[in-house]
Amino acid sequence: MNLFLRTKKRLSRFVNAFFKKRQSRIGIYGPPNAGKTTLSNRIVRDWTGDALGPVSQIPHETRRARRKEGITISNQNGNSVTIDIVDTPGVTTKIDYQEFIEYGMEKDDAIKRAREATEGVAEAMHWLREDIDGVIYMLDSTLDPFTQVNIMLVGIIESRNLPVLIVANKLDLPDANPSAIRKAFPQHPVIPLSGLEGNNMDELYDKMLEYFG
Amino acid sequence: MIQGVQINLISGDRLDKMTTMEKIRLILDDVIEGNIVVLETGLTPDEQSKLIEVTMLEITPDGFSGIEMETYAPKRSSSMGGGFFAKLLGKKGSGTRMTVIGPANQMKTIKKDKDLISAWVSSR
Ligand SMILES: Nc1nc2c(ncn2[C@@H]2O[C@H](COP(=O)(O)OP(=O)(O)OP(=O)(O)O)[C@@H](O)[C@H]2O)c(=O)[nH]1
Ligand SMILES: [Mg+2]
Repeated sequence: MNLFLRTKKRLSRFVNAFFKKRQSRIGIYGPPNAGKTTLSNRIVRDWTGDALGPVSQIPHETRRARRKEGITISNQNGNSVTIDIVDTPGVTTKIDYQEFIEYGMEKDDAIKRAREATEGVAEAMHWLREDIDGVIYMLDSTLDPFTQVNIMLVGIIESRNLPVLIVANKLDLPDANPSAIRKAFPQHPVIPLSGLEGNNMDELYDKMLEYFG
Repeated sequence: MIQGVQINLISGDRLDKMTTMEKIRLILDDVIEGNIVVLETGLTPDEQSKLIEVTMLEITPDGFSGIEMETYAPKRSSSMGGGFFAKLLGKKGSGTRMTVIGPANQMKTIKKDKDLISAWVSSR
């Protein structure tokens, strides 16, 4: 290969590397305990066989954002998208360690969990401002969606013009009410599902292909 | 009933002249002291995002436990239902909503009743 060709090849590789759109990072956001990690684990397991992190009924189980790179989701029509999934700590405006004591934790552990939880929320907000390209917003559909945190977070996501899918989770529970979530967020697609039981995941994957592809 | 709690009103004019961090410091310094802050014109989504972040850094065991906050559409709305919510979301980024912010451990509820904002504060 002559010098000209070699230079040209090297240059084009450099240009490609420079301009190649990096994989979209899809953040799983929502209030504590909505089921973000349960769903993240299911998505990651469905397409790679791995898992992302531990799940707990005690809020603020996730206190560090966790990213799983290179998940390729595809459907029968041959469409596919490769993304990173970022499971984030549940967002809130208040944290009191007493809440963890009520779940039976020792005081020292509860204080430590609260401190880590505050760092986790700050980290989640930081990721949203800097590093997230699309959002799956998780809500527990047995709870009232009209909370200040939900209003604020969806507003923040919209102001960044990020594509967003809303998941009405815990559909397996008897008092699940996904229509309240639809009413609250008429401007976004709402996908009712159970991350725990895994029903209706196909609709989520189809919407992910459509919105994050 | 309001007991020994100060409510500080901050005008839109004053807010307009402040940077994001100046607003956040003003709010949090007040709220950490146990006061309630009413912003005439609210915060932009980006400012809200930073407010959450800085709030988290100020939380201490048995001390400050965070904020409670409520935003209101500029015009009085009769119900707290979907219309109210849609109006909030429809006005994204405008920063023209009145916002009430207070300490989480003291604010039981903050509600807007017609043109009057009332804050119910638990007497700890
Ligand atoms: N019934 C039911 N329970 C669920 C579902 N998804 C999650 N859960 C339960 O809800 C609790 C919280 O789940 P997580 O996945 O840890 O929730 P999270 O949103 O990651 O919570 P944080 O990390 O604390 O913010 C656990 O007890 C889960 O088993 C669901 O679809 N149905
Ligand atoms: Mg989690």
